[in-house]
Amino acid sequence: MMEILSVLGYSFFVMAAGLLYMGIGRKIAARLHRRYGPPVWQCYIDVVKCFSRRSISHNFIMDLGSMMGLSGLLAAAMFIPMASFLPFPSQGPIIVILYLMPIGYLGMAMGVSASGNPLAAIGIGRALTLMMGYEVPFAMIVLTFVASFSSTSLVKLQELQAGGIMNWHMVTMPIGFAAALIALMGMLGKKPFDTMIAPSEIASGPMVELSGKFLGLAFLQHATAIFVETGLIVIMFLGGASNVFEFVAKQALVYIVMASLSELWARYRVEQATKFLWISAGSLALVQLIVNMAGRK
Amino acid sequence: MLKITREEIIDGKFERVLNFFRSRSMWMLYYCTGCGAVELPPTMTSRYDMERFGIGPMATPRQADILLVTGYVSVKTLKRIVYSYEQMPEPKWVVGFGSCPVNGGIYWNSYATINHLDKYIPVDISIPGCMPRPQAVIDGLIGLMDMIGRGEAVGYKKYQLNNEWYKKNQREILERAKPVLGGTK
Repeated sequence: MMEILSVLGYSFFVMAAGLLYMGIGRKIAARLHRRYGPPVWQCYIDVVKCFSRRSISHNFIMDLGSMMGLSGLLAAAMFIPMASFLPFPSQGPIIVILYLMPIGYLGMAMGVSASGNPLAAIGIGRALTLMMGYEVPFAMIVLTFVASFSSTSLVKLQELQAGGIMNWHMVTMPIGFAAALIALMGMLGKKPFDTMIAPSEIASGPMVELSGKFLGLAFLQHATAIFVETGLIVIMFLGGASNVFEFVAKQALVYIVMASLSELWARYRVEQATKFLWISAGSLALVQLIVNMAGRK
Repeated sequence: MLKITREEIIDGKFERVLNFFRSRSMWMLYYCTGCGAVELPPTMTSRYDMERFGIGPMATPRQADILLVTGYVSVKTLKRIVYSYEQMPEPKWVVGFGSCPVNGGIYWNSYATINHLDKYIPVDISIPGCMPRPQAVIDGLIGLMDMIGRGEAVGYKKYQLNNEWYKKNQREILERAKPVLGGTK
């Protein structure tokens, strides 16, 4: 009973935190444009509004895909140790998280392809191509951790970095950190890698046929994805956290950096984005892997 | 004839709670028929910034709450406007933008345009001007926010109740849009 309650509470916290980061990101982007910008809680208003509208479902697969997209990412969030708090006891197995995260995107792919809109099919094709791009460098970074510390547990990675900023992997593995940030940019769909959304080009891609509650679910799914992905970076490189506030603050910091960098660049085409991710981020990750293996006793 | 009082058509108490959220997060689809669309970029970007009210552009009719008809409506684009309007999920609102959707504007005696948009789809609020400046646009949208908050912006309900009248008017115009020299069947 307690576990069900804590899973539910954790899910709500994850979505609320993700929406808060989205709101902060929009505000930061607005200030960089020298605009006043929407209030920080704008994303909560948007989600409530989306759920209050009538929605058009095309078939059963569309309903199922939308639910699967959100639940896949929420399942991945269940294994992120938020300052040693987990909804149920586990060691934060990183392989399971990497396995569950694509389920969210595949669910979204299934749902929006069922709507039958050709622009949605183009958008989801681009999203999955881009996923191929950022999964390779990110998997290499995970391989580096596994090879260096012989562990796939996020809790153990967090313990290894205890005792000051000089022990953080951000400082001890700077090349890998750069590769992880580039891969994170692709995961979040931030500016150089936002080919899958591209509102002026393919009419917002996967979201083209989503109305009302489906759009609300897509919003929540993106919020959960932000939480999972920034959470992974915080635990792997920024030393984790000793309490919840520290964890949330570090996540918000990572997201703010990403949101500000996003305003610098224009959009890549999808093949350019994949090439960039493989060549730049991939070679950085490979260099870090070689350095770590050479320095190993 | 159907007699409907004001109390029957405006939103109820529960709807008005949701209207608080709806009015503070309006996503718009702008149908750039005429010259009006050129006033929207300054309204959206740094100078006048409509995002501070939660108003933002959206790409497709499915995601949008308000439809901006920016400029004159020719008899051929009317068909597309009706399609776009009917694809939007409820609740939805229409903003007539500039003089042309109100009374035809400078195109009032053209053979190719329609003069009164609200005979074909229900217009909730009109922003007059040729063209309205960004201040006027923001003023009009805030007026729409107030109307939604009070539960008075019920154009979509009028469209359902008087659907036959709207459809009759649309048919009369769309007859005119048929190709003269045969065309495709």
